Amino acid sequence: MQQTEFLNVVLPFKDKLYRLAKRLLVSKEEAEDATQEILMKLWSKNNMMEGYNNVEAYAMMMTKNFCLDRLKSKQAGNLKLVHSNYKDENVSLQNQVEVGDSLGWIEKIMEELPEQQKMVLQLRDVEEYEFEEIAKLLDMNATAVRVTLSRARKTVREKLVKKHNYGIK
Amino acid sequence: MELSNIEKLLERYFEATTTVAEEEILRAYFTKEEVPLHLKKYAYMFQYFSVAREEKFTMQVPLRPRNKRYIKWISIAAVSILIFGMYFGRSYQERKEAEYAYQETKKALSLLAANLGKGTEKVAYLKEFEETKQKIYNNN
Repeated sequence: MQQTEFLNVVLPFKDKLYRLAKRLLVSKEEAEDATQEILMKLWSKNNMMEGYNNVEAYAMMMTKNFCLDRLKSKQAGNLKLVHSNYKDENVSLQNQVEVGDSLGWIEKIMEELPEQQKMVLQLRDVEEYEFEEIAKLLDMNATAVRVTLSRARKTVREKLVKKHNYGIK
Repeated sequence: MELSNIEKLLERYFEATTTVAEEEILRAYFTKEEVPLHLKKYAYMFQYFSVAREEKFTMQVPLRPRNKRYIKWISIAAVSILIFGMYFGRSYQERKEAEYAYQETKKALSLLAANLGKGTEKVAYLKEFEETKQKIYNNN
């Protein structure tokens, strides 16, 4: 496979890899590094890649494992201190100031979720994956995915309501 | 979409029993229309997900390393072909030389044999001479 061909294969889902990495690692720089690493790994395994009928799922799996390893390692010990990038990502909504603020809240709320819930919520509500795909990716059964997702959504709702009430009352 | 329907969908959304298509309906509702105040918090959620989906990975990925390795392998192959070529080329040349020497020797030997034949022919005359000599000798 040639370089351009590889980029064409990778292009449709590289943003998804990045978003998943960012969801897990929080820091923008960390997520970029991780995505780059994953893409380079894919490139070096390039010849094998044609054997996988679903490169995207494979790449997502790699990203998930990579990020979880990263979080476990000591290197990531001070990871949470270095990021400061919630707001500048919401460029398209910056004109709606008060809305942008609430969206920032949601991002922070999602950071507080356990990793499993983060991933399920990310894959379902942001990337719109089917339950079966998520189940396969996260090595869970479909029912467990549903339960986790429901819990994650409810937690976000609860915390959002709490934060809003603080602001208003 | 009717409000009651949306509320029903929302309920199922939080139980995670909605399909992707139904969630799409909710998303469309909450991102496009003005929503009643009591549903405002859900609007934030769906809007956030829509915004999050737009985030892009903009970094360039340097894909050079594999190419470098590729070149390394090519050069190794080229060098080994060259060495093999020199080795086999030389042995081939040696064989050619040996063959030439063999042909030359054969030529020389056959020349020798031919001349030797001529020699024995001449020696035959010597016998004649001897016989005549004997005859004369006997007569005396």
